[in-house]
Amino acid sequence: MSRTFFEIAQRNLRRNLLRSMLAIIGIVIGVLAISSLGILGNSLTLSVKDQLSTVGDSLIVTPHISMGAAFGGGLAEEKISERQVQDLRRIAGTDPVIPIYSTADRIEVGTTKGPVSIYAIDPDDIGYMVEVDQGVLLRGTSGVLAGPTIADQFDLRIGSQVRFSDGSTQRVVGILKERGLGFDIQPDLALIVSPKWYEDRNSDRGYDQVTIKVSDIERIDAIEEAIDQRFNRRETVLDSYSSKMILESLDTVFSQISTFTTAIGGISLIVAGISILNVMLMSVTERIREIGILRSIGTLRREIRQMFLYEALILGAIGSSIGGLLSLGAGYLVSLLVLQSTDYLFHPSNLGSIALGMGFGLVTALLSGLYPAWKAANLNPIEALRHE
Amino acid sequence: METVTADGADSPALIRFEEVSKVYPLPAGNVVALDTVSLAIRRGEFIAIMGPSGSGKTTLLNLIGCLDVPTSGRLVIGGRDVGELSDDELTYLRRDTIGFIFQQFNLIPLLSVLENVEYPRVLKCGSRGACGRKPEEVLRAAGLAEERLHRSLPSELSGGQQQRVAIARALVNDPDLLLCDEPTGNLDQKTGQGIMELLVAMNREGKTVIMVTHDPGIASYARRQLRIVDGQISEDSG
Ligand SMILES: Nc1ncnc2c1ncn2[C@@H]1O[C@H](COP(=O)(O)OP(=O)(O)O)[C@@H](O)[C@H]1O
Ligand SMILES: [Mg+2]
Repeated sequence: MSRTFFEIAQRNLRRNLLRSMLAIIGIVIGVLAISSLGILGNSLTLSVKDQLSTVGDSLIVTPHISMGAAFGGGLAEEKISERQVQDLRRIAGTDPVIPIYSTADRIEVGTTKGPVSIYAIDPDDIGYMVEVDQGVLLRGTSGVLAGPTIADQFDLRIGSQVRFSDGSTQRVVGILKERGLGFDIQPDLALIVSPKWYEDRNSDRGYDQVTIKVSDIERIDAIEEAIDQRFNRRETVLDSYSSKMILESLDTVFSQISTFTTAIGGISLIVAGISILNVMLMSVTERIREIGILRSIGTLRREIRQMFLYEALILGAIGSSIGGLLSLGAGYLVSLLVLQSTDYLFHPSNLGSIALGMGFGLVTALLSGLYPAWKAANLNPIEALRHE
Repeated sequence: METVTADGADSPALIRFEEVSKVYPLPAGNVVALDTVSLAIRRGEFIAIMGPSGSGKTTLLNLIGCLDVPTSGRLVIGGRDVGELSDDELTYLRRDTIGFIFQQFNLIPLLSVLENVEYPRVLKCGSRGACGRKPEEVLRAAGLAEERLHRSLPSELSGGQQQRVAIARALVNDPDLLLCDEPTGNLDQKTGQGIMELLVAMNREGKTVIMVTHDPGIASYARRQLRIVDGQISEDSG
């Protein structure tokens, strides 16, 4: 029986093909917006998480920049002293504590000149932070390591000579593996030198940052607590933040972004819903007499309702399916453009986004069909039959 | 449920109007389409309802067809007071016991000829149901044996052919009652006669036939003639 109603619904949609297609396009756009924006958000989160996980679970300690220092002096830059590093080592126990100098300089390689970031890290600790792609890690006080982006920019090879702004030179001993976005240091974009070489050229002692590699994630909170106890009792001297914490705040940001994009998709679905409502109300008005005939020969109210809901369902199902398929394509394009990678396209969370978009599309179509279906079912058969 | 018997006769009344009025409330004032009509119709009768346009013929037929209920008075069909039935119950009555034949044929344009005839049967029995009569067989009985026509859309058929499809559709659930509102009104005389012969044959098979018509020639096929003027029965031949 319901097969007959489905058949009538489907034939009516085909009879008004152009109108049906407009309604379907509305749903397609809504589903596409929700799904592909969802895919973009998921893929961003996934790729950032992946890159962060290569950093491992680091606790990053930096000098606290007080409001006074920020606005007042400017000259009196805050640093972390050797004594404070010793205290941090005591707190960290067996976990590696890596003090880092960070600065910048204009360098010259052959005829290429430009600014670079420079980190000075103890050769014993460098292995915790980066890996070499070609060449070797630093030994003693000579040599520099070059991040892959910098190596590209200055066309650096093993043995290339780098001239610093004070006239001194160093040879490249190693090119680093790409590490991606980091929250402690950005080695891809920097040169790494030995601390002794740096200290010979800078009189003011004091580190810019200390990274603690925490082997047991569970201990991160305890170590942070201990740092606060030791340094920040009276006033805040050192700030510490963990990659875990950064990840958590990133998660919040991404979930806000995805709420926003879902809202945009939702708005386009509302528009789609209104267009379906319109299309179906038109269909009810045009078919008043037909509905009268169906009722007069024994069709129940709920059967008329069913027939019109099938129309909404068919529009929703076709629109959602097309929208779902297209959003795979759109997700592919967007991932390629924004992330330069489509590795995450078939991740469950992305398939979830597509399912969500399609679900919304279907529900919107059904909801928009409710009123027209109700209206059709409640027509008075006699008046419907008298309708010209 | 009560059983109503016709006055004095031994066969029970199939349909009984007891002071039935039908009033349509309109903004310009109430229209009294039927004015305290009392009438009994027995099983197996063939009745022609005549009268000027707007006199209430269609209203009378629609009440018998359970498409509407009286504003006042009682209308009893097959022992049931239609004023007390729900919309669904009225719909089941139409589906299972009444066949409609309209002046405009009123076929469903989206369905083929065969599907049109099948439709009431599918409503009653489901798509695989084995109740009612076979659509091909009723179409043949209605004078449309050609199978090529069965697959056509109603719009591809002539008026006379469409009315035969409508008759087949009305017969497929084997109803007791055939209600025809000017069934020949849109047909030429010869085609109209063919349709009338079909209705006479159905009546001989035992179906009660009630037909509205303008045409005295068409009315003469019936065994009982009613005349309605201004919502009241002014003549009743039987
Ligand atoms: N659904 C309706 N709403 C309002 N007025 C109606 C309706 N149906 C019939 N009428 C009015 O009732 C009167 C009788 O109509 P009808 O039974 O169709 O007459 P007939 O079939 O004899 O021409 C007419 O005046 C008509 O305008
Ligand atoms: Mg009429």
